[in-house]
Amino acid sequence: MRYAVLRGLFFLLIVKPFLLLAVGVNVRRRDRLPTAGPAVIVANHNSHLDALVLMGLLPWRLLFRTRPVASAEYFLSNRWRAWFANHVIGIIPVATSGGPSRAEILGPVREALAAGDIVIFFPEGTRGAPEQLGKLKTGIAWLAQQLPTTPVCPVYLHGLGKVLPKGDWLPVPFFCDAWVSEPLYWRGDQGEFMRMLAESLGPQIEAG
Amino acid sequence: MSITLTSPVLAALGGVWALLVAATVVIWRLVPVPDSELRQRIRSWWLIVALCSLALTFNRTAALVFFGMVSFLALKEYLTLIPTRQTDRQVLFLAYLSIPVQYFWISIEWYGMFIIFIPVYLFLLLPVAMVLRGETEGYLRAAGTLHWGLMSMVFSLSHLAYLLVLPQNEYPQVSGPGLVLFLLLLTELNDVAQYFWGKLLGKHKISPSVSPNKTVEGFVGGVLTTILLAALLAPWLTPFSRSDALLAGALIAVAGFFGDLSLSALKRDLGIKDSGNLLPGHGGILDRVDSLTYTAPLFFHFTRYFYF
Repeated sequence: MRYAVLRGLFFLLIVKPFLLLAVGVNVRRRDRLPTAGPAVIVANHNSHLDALVLMGLLPWRLLFRTRPVASAEYFLSNRWRAWFANHVIGIIPVATSGGPSRAEILGPVREALAAGDIVIFFPEGTRGAPEQLGKLKTGIAWLAQQLPTTPVCPVYLHGLGKVLPKGDWLPVPFFCDAWVSEPLYWRGDQGEFMRMLAESLGPQIEAG
Repeated sequence: MSITLTSPVLAALGGVWALLVAATVVIWRLVPVPDSELRQRIRSWWLIVALCSLALTFNRTAALVFFGMVSFLALKEYLTLIPTRQTDRQVLFLAYLSIPVQYFWISIEWYGMFIIFIPVYLFLLLPVAMVLRGETEGYLRAAGTLHWGLMSMVFSLSHLAYLLVLPQNEYPQVSGPGLVLFLLLLTELNDVAQYFWGKLLGKHKISPSVSPNKTVEGFVGGVLTTILLAALLAPWLTPFSRSDALLAGALIAVAGFFGDLSLSALKRDLGIKDSGNLLPGHGGILDRVDSLTYTAPLFFHFTRYFYF
């Protein structure tokens, strides 16, 4: 990967110090995060920081195999943003509105997983208001059905929508939280899968 | 600029490390559970003592940066806990920027600006910034809570750092780090002593609605212990006469108690138990600095008025 050095430096010099000093993410049950690919990390989505935080939670060796699924319309809309998103972050661009079939839209995600990558996926499809879970799209259930042995690891993020909300450019420091839940697997029922997912992406009651 | 360390300061730091080692050995013997709260607390204390030792022995700039970071973390925790308005985001950003500015006044020893910057200028300026955003709903609450946070976490705590730069020509045997150490040690040991005496003898609750664990017996035992410690430490670390040392001990003990109580009331009001998980077993930064928000300014002005 030609851009691996760039990504490493970006995380080492900018993302990690920023998250440590300005934000301070308190992770609970980090041990439930995947330790190898393929795996899907799903989270609620309120801020551009979400994907960076999730990538920063993983060990360095996995950073270079981790790819956030992101809206092609938004991230590829101008040249510089596209270059940064594609090469430094390493997004998998997908069409988020209309057009082709689900298999076509999520095909590249499936391929990345088949190749052993870790994929970051926001089932709300877009950033919503802070601390409110939007309606979950069922694309994630389709992916889980296609790859029933791949763990789907839900992470509930809290506070990042306050640090850097949608439509704002100035990050303001607040402490944030991330709760990692038990990984989910496809059990043959989409309604059940989506219900369990929605439960894991809300406030978690601390057990033990 | 480097700090002149007097040998009593080094001896006192050595004493703190010895105490920490002793406490670790005792707790590890008494509590066999690996992840118990007491063990986590001791681990956090190692971190706190290590950072404080480094900050106090390295040089003055390092010490100011360290205390500035403490103010930043405390203010961040406070602003995370309280409800804030999304329209005030840029105002909150300005409030954070006041921290390096306040510590800069200390570094150039501009006492006049240090003492009015937050209580006067920010008190007037930040509400103006809020008004200019145009949102009136919740205005008083937003302006009031922000100022309370700045006064407690930045203004009050920064008095600790100003002790470092008090002019010391009159008392060559006394150093800034010595005064800081005296205040920090007595404030923290007062917390521990009140807890200890409360567990041992506590019967009569002092403020059941705010902090049900606090008892008259714990409070009195803590005050007496802290006065005794002040009398023992003052000749080494401070310019205080015997009677002033006793007075300083009493002041720190009583102020520390009310600082603790004030933050407990805040947490009750917000409906939370522990304010964060930054230091495992401690609840958070606010739980560590609650007493200091009261002891630091009061001890500073006591010292400055009578001795500098």
